[in-house]
Amino acid sequence: MSDKRLVVVGDGMVGRRFLEAITERDPSWAVTVLAEEPRPAYDRVRLSAFFDGVGAEGLSLASDLPGVDLRLGEPATALDRAARTVRTASGSHPYDKLVLATGSAAFVPPIEGADLDGVFVYRTIEDLEAIKARAEGRRHGVVVGGGLLGLEAAGALRLLGLETQIVEFAPWLMARQLDEAGGGVLKQHIEKLGIGVACSTGGTRIEEVDGRLRMETDREGLAYETDLIVFAAGVRPRDGLARESGLEIGERGGILTDRSCLTSDPDVYAIGEVAAMEGTCYGLVAPGYAMAEVAADRLAGGEATFPGADLSTKLKLLGVDVAQFGAADGPLATTYLDPAEGVYAKLVLSDDAQTLLGGMLVGNAEPYPLLRAGVGGPVPAALADLLSSGEAETGLPDTAQVCSCNAVTKAEIMGAVREGCADVAALKDCTRAGTGCGSCVPMLKQLLAEGGVEVSTSVCEHFTQSRAELFDIVKVTGITTFSELIARHGTGAGCDLCKPAVASILASLGGGHILDGEQAALQDTNDHFLANLQRNGTYSVVPRIPGGEITPEKLIVIGEVARDFGLYTKITGGQRIDMFGARVEDLPKIWRRLVDAGFESGHAYGKSLRTVKSCVGTDWCRYGVQDSVKMAIDLELRYRGLRSPHKLKSAVSGCARECAEARGKDFGVIGTENGWNLYVGGNGGFTPRHADLLLADVDSETLVRTIDRFLMFYIATADRLQRTSKWVESLEGGIDYLREVLVEDRLGICAELDARMAAHVERYADEWKGVLDDPEKLQRFVSFVNAPDTPDPSIEFETVRGQRFPAGTAGRPQAGPVLLGTPERKR
Amino acid sequence: MDTALNSPAGRIGSDPVPICGFDHLIPGRGAAALLPDGTQIAVFRLHDDSLFALSNRDPFTGAQVMSRGIVGDRGGEPTVASPLLKQVFSLESGRCLDDEDTVLEVFAVEVRDGQVRVGADLRAAVLCRPPPCRHRRKRK
Repeated sequence: MSDKRLVVVGDGMVGRRFLEAITERDPSWAVTVLAEEPRPAYDRVRLSAFFDGVGAEGLSLASDLPGVDLRLGEPATALDRAARTVRTASGSHPYDKLVLATGSAAFVPPIEGADLDGVFVYRTIEDLEAIKARAEGRRHGVVVGGGLLGLEAAGALRLLGLETQIVEFAPWLMARQLDEAGGGVLKQHIEKLGIGVACSTGGTRIEEVDGRLRMETDREGLAYETDLIVFAAGVRPRDGLARESGLEIGERGGILTDRSCLTSDPDVYAIGEVAAMEGTCYGLVAPGYAMAEVAADRLAGGEATFPGADLSTKLKLLGVDVAQFGAADGPLATTYLDPAEGVYAKLVLSDDAQTLLGGMLVGNAEPYPLLRAGVGGPVPAALADLLSSGEAETGLPDTAQVCSCNAVTKAEIMGAVREGCADVAALKDCTRAGTGCGSCVPMLKQLLAEGGVEVSTSVCEHFTQSRAELFDIVKVTGITTFSELIARHGTGAGCDLCKPAVASILASLGGGHILDGEQAALQDTNDHFLANLQRNGTYSVVPRIPGGEITPEKLIVIGEVARDFGLYTKITGGQRIDMFGARVEDLPKIWRRLVDAGFESGHAYGKSLRTVKSCVGTDWCRYGVQDSVKMAIDLELRYRGLRSPHKLKSAVSGCARECAEARGKDFGVIGTENGWNLYVGGNGGFTPRHADLLLADVDSETLVRTIDRFLMFYIATADRLQRTSKWVESLEGGIDYLREVLVEDRLGICAELDARMAAHVERYADEWKGVLDDPEKLQRFVSFVNAPDTPDPSIEFETVRGQRFPAGTAGRPQAGPVLLGTPERKR
Repeated sequence: MDTALNSPAGRIGSDPVPICGFDHLIPGRGAAALLPDGTQIAVFRLHDDSLFALSNRDPFTGAQVMSRGIVGDRGGEPTVASPLLKQVFSLESGRCLDDEDTVLEVFAVEVRDGQVRVGADLRAAVLCRPPPCRHRRKRK
């Protein structure tokens, strides 16, 4: 146990950032965290996503903090600076150094009735849960506050299905960030969503009338009859603990600190929204993070100082992009207004019009990264051009800060590019740029291009197009053969890269049996023989066992087939049985027996759905809360035979114990008390990745519909051999964007995705049965074209542990380096 | 179609071995054949009906599987990719385009009276003097 005791009060976003920084930089501190809320830190910035299917778990920022004593639900009640102790209800905690990160509380104006049932603030997950409970079966809500928080809250009420009214005291919306014209355009957008907006209006009195609420306002004759009222009209620093202990307080509240985050007591630091940094409280997370880093550095013996706050913000409020950067007003301004499109932009310039000082964007925030990083430099381009393309040479000076969350400059990024970072993921790893809010990711791409990195997405030397582009070409032109596609859109004869990729696209778009006609020549050997090639030239056979559920009779058939054809058997990781050592000429005989017993192809050989694993679920398990086996079978039967850019794996767990390991799958489903959680983009294999939560607590119908869309969107847009994990990471906007596309239909493609999945389900037919019923296809299953029934004499077996294994060294990689798979080709 | 095709030494030799009917081969795919001495070869029919024959043995693994590879071209040179570890070989010269030290044996092949025939006795000559490769590019 270390003798250096550090107590942290508060586990919010900033407190958590501080803990991560201090445990990394100076693990010698014995850290105790006193937190009021019952759950670990969560993403308060994205709070309204709670109602958007994300749930509490999706917002969590919980991280592994070695050696930290995290006491949730144990708020600090008093601070005794003389004794250097913090007291809680259950005891006292002595410290050598103390960090106060108590954040702020929602501001509720002192009006009559503000404490009635049905009046809420908008701050914590508990607040949201209470709002949700109140909204049940009711129809109208009022939000007091038309700033950032108020609009967030209005969005949340709208998601709960309430008719929503915003009441704002200022003359226009977001008055702190926007000018009157910008606020006007924003109001237009908000009203279009059916949300009422009343500016220059304040509530004066709330009373209860027949189980509902009535709020009077300062405008003659204007009152609102409503079911619930949410105050989201600003926050106040929670500086009570500090005040009572005699720490110096800022003029407008908050614990006064200097630029090293130190308070008037040399052993006490304050960070985040509770800190009045040189007298100013900041209500944004980025300055809070900066303070967390400064305080951690100081406690680790460093000399960091607060670099000054960048108050730039970019948000998507109710689907409307709003951004503000640098100064909102200044000597000169150039503006752009398109009322029809609902776009307003303003650049604030120095009086010689040479230097960009700041500005704002409403309705189209694409140029935001470029403009924000360009503050203090020359004006990058004409406003209209910026808004039309969002691109243009960045023309940024080396000192421009590209990522404000992590304070990364252009010079650092270009340095990383020169040292070999060739994509956004590498830049994120190397510089941390883009790992915060992500708004600079488009800029990172541009800088990569400026640094001369050309990331080719062409499939191979025969097609300059990416797989996604080929998919669109095939879909739009209706081309059904590889030869026509390469003649019209490619060059040469094709190769082992483009042929299987095109075969997969043709199959995804409904090309009939994969061995029909010309398609047969495109298939990889596994698809060509509908079995998995093993290292000695024999194949393995995997019948489908949906959800891992199988009858004793079917198990016996598998045993008999394996015995009669001398096959080695092994249980796979996907809850089915693999039979190895099958000769080409035996495959049809093996499958005749399997098909007659009711088996069908397991597609273990294809870039297609493999298995949907399941735990035992509610039928047998003491803990299960949902019927995972039934769901797994339904999903496996729905998506069997679906061809995709790479293999697809899935699993369904019946409860949070997650016995099926669903979060390691391309799409994983976990049962909850209220329905299902859907996770996507997980992977085991070479680079393991936990899947991201896409939906929480949804019913079976919503679950299946969303998986349908997820798979079809992936199939249409992923690169060749790109697993869903990499694909999800490659999406600009990541999982949130994916949710917008699949749930809110942002791209307007959901109907098409649904129709394509319906067509897949409709046309599914067992591939092996298709071969057995077709003498021409059966002809191909021969060892030698001039001696069809002669077994390959080079294949030999030996018996080990009672089963047959390939004999000798056949197929084992021989001495010297060999190519393991095909490396990605870059051109 | 009665023409000598792709005979590396310009002739099929004195004792060609009939393999199968030309129509039996699927355009764009290979087939394995067993020669009387136990040698296995891979015969490929391309979409333009040209024919090639190589050893069926994948030199990187020792498995007799080359006939099951995907054919195509690299820079215009006709190729086949090993179905096991995907190295690409020239169908004309047998050279591995991903590893210049590795060569597959090439066999003379022709079609006569609709029958595909392979010149088994030319193997030695081919091995001694592999034809030059038109393009030699390594996968990056």
